Amino acid sequence: MYIVIVGGGRAGHSLAKTLLEEGHEVLVVDKRDEVCEEINEELGSICEVGDGCDANVLLEAGVERADMFVALTGSDEDNLVACQLAKHRFSVPRTAARVNNPSHEALFKGLGIDITVSSINLVLEQIEHEVPTRFLTHLVTLDNASLEIVQVKIPEGSVVAGNTVGQVDLPNGALITLLLRDNLPPQRPNGNTVLQAGDDVLVVINRECEEALRLALTQEAAPKAEAE
Amino acid sequence: MKVIIMGCGLVGAELATLLDSEENQVTILDLDPDSFERLPPTFKGEALIADGTEPEDLERAGIEEADVFIALTEEDNRNILATQMARDIYKVSRVLCRIYDPSRSELYEELGLETFSPTRIVAHLLRQRLVG
Repeated sequence: MYIVIVGGGRAGHSLAKTLLEEGHEVLVVDKRDEVCEEINEELGSICEVGDGCDANVLLEAGVERADMFVALTGSDEDNLVACQLAKHRFSVPRTAARVNNPSHEALFKGLGIDITVSSINLVLEQIEHEVPTRFLTHLVTLDNASLEIVQVKIPEGSVVAGNTVGQVDLPNGALITLLLRDNLPPQRPNGNTVLQAGDDVLVVINRECEEALRLALTQEAAPKAEAE
Repeated sequence: MKVIIMGCGLVGAELATLLDSEENQVTILDLDPDSFERLPPTFKGEALIADGTEPEDLERAGIEEADVFIALTEEDNRNILATQMARDIYKVSRVLCRIYDPSRSELYEELGLETFSPTRIVAHLLRQRLVG
């Protein structure tokens, strides 16, 4: 693929390096002489000095035959204009922009930028993901799709305490893989294993179903109606 | 009519003064407080130290009730970002964007943004004066 990158700062520089290593053809455009010099010294002559929001500069960069266009400057207005230019003037099939101010991300998406990356939003998401919520702890995220392994503690009074694994109404695709009880060795539960309050279970689950899983395993049982 | 003007330079201040004297509700934004000295003492509108590309600042300026948003900073790309926000996020019915670079101005006209390029306007005026 031929990929044009606007902005040769830390992000642009490392992206160019990675893409080159993967065998892609890369051109970086940056306004700053010293930035271009550094990239050209390290990676070969792949950086041109110029304004990535200027149609003539992009034309010279051969943006018309680019398969992808990536704007990574520290200025949202420049990233937006560069991508809109690439997309609408030069019909580049895929455009990607770094969004420095998270509140601009929705606008960029609405204006048709194919990929938006907000580093602040990514960091927040990641941290939020790592903070344990009640009874549920993230253990590991699997490479495959959006799967992860979480640990859930069955609380006192949970609706599933006393039920078998088979009776639990698990969200789509969730799999209880391991049961940890007191100091007993870990067990592989089957459909007939009875869950108790205080048990820890390890569950493989799609990230999106996390809240549904937490509810399914930790919700309090409705008080039993008194028999008349 | 409620008008928000981004950028209190010479043109911004002049336009704000005109619209204000015609009984419009004018709010003018600039990041540099000194720029407001361009406004006459008779100016009855609001002058806010604010960034027209920041949602919080736009909301503080009352963008949700604005009928018109005009971007007149010295930077084309900031004007382009701000006017697209005003149009797409805050649904301001009329937005105007100053873009010095004529080819950029043309592109955004094609994309449905109301733009004007002082470069082109002045060039045309001068040509007219010279060759009639």
